[in-house]
This record gives sequence, structure tokens and C-alpha cells, in this order.
Amino acid sequence: MADRPIRVLVAKPGLDGHDRGAKVVARALRDAGMEVIYTGIRQTPEMIAEAALQEDVDVVGLSILSGAHRDLFPRIVAQLKQKQLDDVLLVCGGIIPDDDIPAVKQMGFAGVFGPGTSTQDIAAFIREQIAQKRGARAVIRLRSGQA
Amino acid sequence: MNPEAVAQLRAGNPRVVARAISAVERGGAEAREIIAAIFRHTGRAHIIGVTGAPGTGKSTLVNEFAKHYRQRGQRVGIVAVDPTSPFSGGAILGDRLRMQDLSGDSGVFIRSMATRGAFGGLAAATSDAVKVLDAAGFEIVLVETVGAGQNEVEIAANAHTTIVVEAPGMGDDIQAIKAGIMEIADVLIVNKADHDEVSATIAALEMNLNLKPKAENDWRPPVLKTIATTGEGVADAVAWIGKHRAYLEANNLMQARERARFRAELEMVVQREMMARLLRGVNGTKIERLVEQIAARKMDVYQAAETLIG
Repeated sequence: MADRPIRVLVAKPGLDGHDRGAKVVARALRDAGMEVIYTGIRQTPEMIAEAALQEDVDVVGLSILSGAHRDLFPRIVAQLKQKQLDDVLLVCGGIIPDDDIPAVKQMGFAGVFGPGTSTQDIAAFIREQIAQKRGARAVIRLRSGQA
Repeated sequence: MNPEAVAQLRAGNPRVVARAISAVERGGAEAREIIAAIFRHTGRAHIIGVTGAPGTGKSTLVNEFAKHYRQRGQRVGIVAVDPTSPFSGGAILGDRLRMQDLSGDSGVFIRSMATRGAFGGLAAATSDAVKVLDAAGFEIVLVETVGAGQNEVEIAANAHTTIVVEAPGMGDDIQAIKAGIMEIADVLIVNKADHDEVSATIAALEMNLNLKPKAENDWRPPVLKTIATTGEGVADAVAWIGKHRAYLEANNLMQARERARFRAELEMVVQREMMARLLRGVNGTKIERLVEQIAARKMDVYQAAETLIG
């Protein structure tokens, strides 16, 4: 069966209103052939997880510039887990100090993209990661005889 | 789809509903299996189409409508369609942004859909996504089309009640009498009614409606004013949607609309399947060779099609 376009939720958790970066990334992912569900600013962890669930996305991309990532990201990850969305690829960007990046990756974020990252690199990273996930799922289906 | 999954879908399990919509969007054998399993559980929802030009306030109105239905205790499913880029195949699905009042309410399910190459204002799988929501027990299903031009009228064949949203200053009385989108409205809404020129817009729409020859027992679409951002006029609009449904039921038109919808769907599926089957038997190089011959003016497109169909 043909693969569907990669579906990405782009959201801004927390209270900062600087959404230019999120919009630039959303637009770039659109140009990379992805379906981007853009939910905008001031998203609570619950709202993000609910949208990810209903939209059945492959990727959740978070943009945060307020410095609240250490508080909000674990809550978002917990909400996603609670909804059994463990398989969703997590990426983030915005202002994340270098010292925090290991902790953010530890939480489950596969990609952390700070200022100056090329949007093409973000798209390529997502495409590669999703291809791997889909490949792994296809192998599991083959082995269990469901393909 | 196994019976347990069908039961979970019918109970409105959001994960199962979401995955079923993804499957019907993807098409193929799994999609057909899902529709076969759920189809007999459909037919309960009031399907309400919301269409109109980009930026007239469709998403904000859908948000307001959903809030009203929730106050009455009805469960609301929403399918919001945005266009797919013809160049990249990607899309920005931004309707959810205007529906944030509805988050955290398990009685509401919102799904964004990209057109994925379909014309007419909907995606090819929109009607199947509506069936999934209908079977999942959503009593009201709101379908928001892409920002529609004059000719995106497919929603009328997919909904029981079609709402066309206008904004003041979008055109003169000639625009109002043109064929196409203005003809499919069961309810006409002039949104952004706090802007200038609202009375001129309403007058143009009313004039157009008055020019239509009256048949007995005909439905005359009301022309309503709303300000979606404040909720003004929304209660009245919801009341008119209810009146339209009552009118359809009183005149046995629900079934008539349904039959028209299924006839259109059947034709579409036959077209799609015949095309797929035909092309399965033809290799790509044969088509390329024909294209070459057409480009060289040795053959016209009708002749080339004839050699393909045989």
C-alpha cells in the first residue's frame, strides 16, 4: 500500500507568542510534501496530545521560546504516553540552551533544532526518521503475517 | 476490521476513530474493509456542510456551531478540509487553530484533511471520514470545505444541509446571481456583520433569492447575519439549521438527498475503480509513447484514449 504523506502537528506550548519560527517551519514542511496541522500559540500539554490523537500524526513538532521547556516537555510526553501515542516522532525547536539538550533528548525528543538550523535539514531529518519507523512497522507486519 | 474494533469505534474511542479515518484516507483494501464493517451503523448523523470563500470565517463559525450543539448535549464530529499543494503534495491544515474552544471536550472530534489532489472543495475520502464519525455516534457532523471559489459545489451532494458563508464587500449583485456556489445554499450567512457594506451584501443575496421562481413548498434559504468572533447571530443560525432539517424530514427529502448522495458516490467509485483497473493493465511506457505521438500531432487525445480503452 502506498505511504501516505507524513502528517506533522506543529504547536507552541507555553505562553510566549513568538510564532514566526513555528510558521516558517510549518511552511517549509509543507514545501517538503508533508501535511502540517498548525495549532498555533498557547497550547496546553492536554491540547497538544488531544490534537495529535485526533489527527493521527506521525510527528509532533514543538516550538518554545519562553524557557519553560523543562517544565512543559515532560508533561507533554506524559500526555502523549497516556493516550498511547508512544510511537510518534518528537522534535522541537526554539530557544533551548545547549546544556538542556541532553535532558530534552532523554525525554524522547529525537531532534532538537535551534536558531540557524536550515529548514531543509529539519525536513530531511523527519523524512529519514519516519522512513525508518515505517520500515520497522512493515517488517513487524510481515513477521506476524498481517501484510 | 474485527468486531472488537468496530465496537470500540462505535463507542467513539478516539484512537480507533482517528486510525479508521487515516485508513479510509489511504484507500485500498483496508479502507473497503472498514467501510463494509461500519456502513450499516451510519445514517444517524445530521451532516452539515459549511462552505464559502477563504477568510469569510468558516472555521470560527464551525467552532461556534459546535459549542451550541454541545450545550444541547449532542456529540459533534468535524471534518475540516484544506488544499494540498499541487507542487509539493504538502498542505497546511490550519482550521483547528480557530476551534480551540472545543479542546478538552471528549464529545467533540476534529479531523483536518488535505484534498490530496481532489477538486470540488473536498478530499476524495471526505465522505468516508464522515461515515466513520457517523458510525462513531457523532449526531452532528460538520464538514468545512476548502476556501471555495464559485465552482466548489461538491459539498451539496455530501451534506443534508449546506451553509454558504459570505463576507461583506465580496462582490456586487452580479456575483450574487451567478451560477454555482450561490445555488447550493440551504442557509446563507453573511459573517463579519460588524463590517461595512453588510446591508448591500444582504440586499444582493435577497434579490437573487427573490428572482427564483417559487414552487410550492419550496425551501427559501434565509439570509442571516453573524459575527462569529463574538458569537452574535449564531443561535439564530443554529435554529435555522434545525428548521431546514425539519423541512427535509417533513417532505421526505432526507432520503431523496441521501439517494442523490449515494448515486454520486457510486459513480465516483466506479470511475475511480475502472480507471485503476484499466491502468493496471497498461504499462507506463505505452502511455508515454502515446503522449509522444500526441505531442508530435500524429494523434489527438481522443484517438489515444481510444487505443488505451480498446
